[in-house]
Amino acid sequence: MDVFDLTARQLAQEIAAGRLRSLDATQAILERIDKVDPHVGAYLHVCRNHALATAQRVDDKVARGEPVGPLAGVPIAIKDNLCTRFAPTTCASKILDGFVSPYDAHVVERLQAADAVIVGKTNLDEFAMGSSTENSGLGKTVNPWDPQCVPGGSSGGSAAAVAAGLAWAALGSDTGGSIRQPASFCGVIGLKPTYGRVSRYGLVAYGSSLDQIGPITRDAMDAAWLLNVIAGHDARDSTSVPADRAPVPDYLAALNEPAADVKIGVVPALNEAAEPDVVRAVRQAIEVYAAAGAEIVELAMPHFDYAIACYYILATAEASSNLARYDGVHYGHRTADAGDYVQVYTRSRAEGFGPEVKRRIMLGTYALSSGYYDAYYLKGLKVRQLIRSDFTSAFNRVDCVMMPVAPTTAFKIGEKVADPLQMYLADMYTLAANLAGVPALSIPCGFDGRGLPIGLQVICAPFAEDRLLRIARLYEEGRDWSTRRPSCG
Amino acid sequence: MAQKIDVEQVRSVARLARLELSESEIEQFAGQLSAVLEYFEKLNELDTSQVEPLAHCLPIHNVFRDDTPQASLSTEEALGNAPQRSADYFKVPKILDDASGA
Repeated sequence: MDVFDLTARQLAQEIAAGRLRSLDATQAILERIDKVDPHVGAYLHVCRNHALATAQRVDDKVARGEPVGPLAGVPIAIKDNLCTRFAPTTCASKILDGFVSPYDAHVVERLQAADAVIVGKTNLDEFAMGSSTENSGLGKTVNPWDPQCVPGGSSGGSAAAVAAGLAWAALGSDTGGSIRQPASFCGVIGLKPTYGRVSRYGLVAYGSSLDQIGPITRDAMDAAWLLNVIAGHDARDSTSVPADRAPVPDYLAALNEPAADVKIGVVPALNEAAEPDVVRAVRQAIEVYAAAGAEIVELAMPHFDYAIACYYILATAEASSNLARYDGVHYGHRTADAGDYVQVYTRSRAEGFGPEVKRRIMLGTYALSSGYYDAYYLKGLKVRQLIRSDFTSAFNRVDCVMMPVAPTTAFKIGEKVADPLQMYLADMYTLAANLAGVPALSIPCGFDGRGLPIGLQVICAPFAEDRLLRIARLYEEGRDWSTRRPSCG
Repeated sequence: MAQKIDVEQVRSVARLARLELSESEIEQFAGQLSAVLEYFEKLNELDTSQVEPLAHCLPIHNVFRDDTPQASLSTEEALGNAPQRSADYFKVPKILDDASGA
C-alpha cells in the first residue's frame, strides 16, 4: 500500500487503528516536500520539528491504547494567514516577515485538539489579496499541473500542496473565492463555509464581513471530515454563530443521506459566459446530476453581474481599515529611515506592503473618504442587499445553484499582473457567495484541452454545508477525477 | 477623457492612508484606480433608493459576555514582536517638539 494513495480520512483510520504510524507518514511527507516543493513552492515554512514531535505524541497515544482525535496524526497544511505560536505567520508580506504570533488561531487549536500534524504554512497572495498567488511578497507558487501557470489564489499554496501530494489536506481562507478558485485551478475540492460557521479568531483580517476559513481536500469526504473539526461556535469571534441558532451536524454522516432528487438551479446566460471548455465541462457535470434524477431549474439572478463592483468596493474599504494596524510600532517591519513619527507609519508601510495591497488600501480609503462614501461604500452595501436577495429567492425554489468557479482554467504566470481590473473581472463567479454569506464549494469536473483542471461551483443556502457536501459526493461517486494526479504529484 | 482620479487626488488619499508612494507609483495608481473606479460606475445602473444597506450578510446580534477578569497576553508576549522597545514600552520617535510646551 502506497501511503500517498490514501485519502486523509483513510490515513487517519489506519493510524488510529495502529496499522500505520503517524511518524512514518510525517517523515514520508517531509521527504516528499524536500524533493518536490522546490518545483512547486507551496510552502513558506515547513514546521519539521513541530510536525515530527506531534506525530510521535499521536503514535504514543495509539500505542498506549488511548483515544486519538479524528484527525489522528494526519499531516495537514495551513495557509500562512492563520496565526500559530510554533511557526511564523507572515501573510506572505514583507511587513510581517519574521512575525511570530503570541496565540494560536481557533482553527489551529481545533486541529491540534483533533490530533492533526500541522506540517507547514502555505503561500498566498499578500494578505489574501489576489487570485493567482503572484502577489506573494515572499515566494512563488506554480500550478502542479503546469508550472507555467498560476495555482490560483489567494490560497494557492494550500491548493497546490494538496494537488501535488505535499499534504493530505489543507486549510485556506476565502474572502471572494480564495479557496474555491485555486481549488478549481489545481483540481481539488475547496469549501467556503457559511459566514459565521467557522471562527475567524486568529485569521489575519482582510475583509471582515466576508472572510471565512475552510478545507481544501482531495475529495468531499475529506472536506466533511475536516469541517467536522473546525466548525462550531467560538466566543472570541462575535460573528461566530452559536449552536442554538445553527447546530453543527455530523457532516460525514450527512454524506449517506439520499440526494439523487436534488433540485439544481442554473442561470443559463451566466454559465455560458465562461470559455468554451469550461462551459462544456460544467454542462456535462450538471447532466450527470440530471441523469441521476436531479431536477434542473432555470433561474434568473438579476444582480449577480454587479458582484464584482460591489465586492471590490466593500472588501477594499474593509481592508483599508483592517490594515491600518500595520504601523511599524507594535509588530512587523519598521523603516530604518524615519525622520519623525509620521514617517514611521508612511515609510514602514511603503517598504512593507506590495503593490496590490497598496492599491486596495488606496481604493478602500478613497471609497470611504469624505464626499465619496455615499457614491461608493453606501451604494455597495445596498447592492449587497440585492445580491443576497437573489440567493434568498433562488433557495426558495432550489436546493443549490451550479455554475463555473472561474471563467477560465489556470492562466499563465504574468498574464494578468499588469492589469488589476482584468484580474478582478476573473473573480466574476465566486464573489457573490461571500457577499451573500452562503456556503459554496469547488469540485473538479474535468479538464480543458491543455489538461488543466476545471471546477464546478455548487452554492447552497446558509448553514446547508451538509447538503452541499452530499451533492458534491454524489458527483464523485463513480467518477475518477479525484484520482487523476498532476505529473509532479 | 478626464481620469476618475488624478495624481493630486492619489497623493491626498495616500496621505489619508499613511502610505508613502513614489512618483512612479502615483502615476501608475492614478491610471489603474481610475480604470477600476470607472468600472464601479456600473452600480449606478441599479436604482437603490428603496434598498436598505446590508452591512452583514447574516442577522448579527449584539454579543455580550460577563464582565469578569480573564487571562490576557503578558507584557513580554505583547512586546515580543515590537520593532523597538524601551523597558516595558513600544518605542517611537519623539512626537511633540521640545518647544510645544507639552
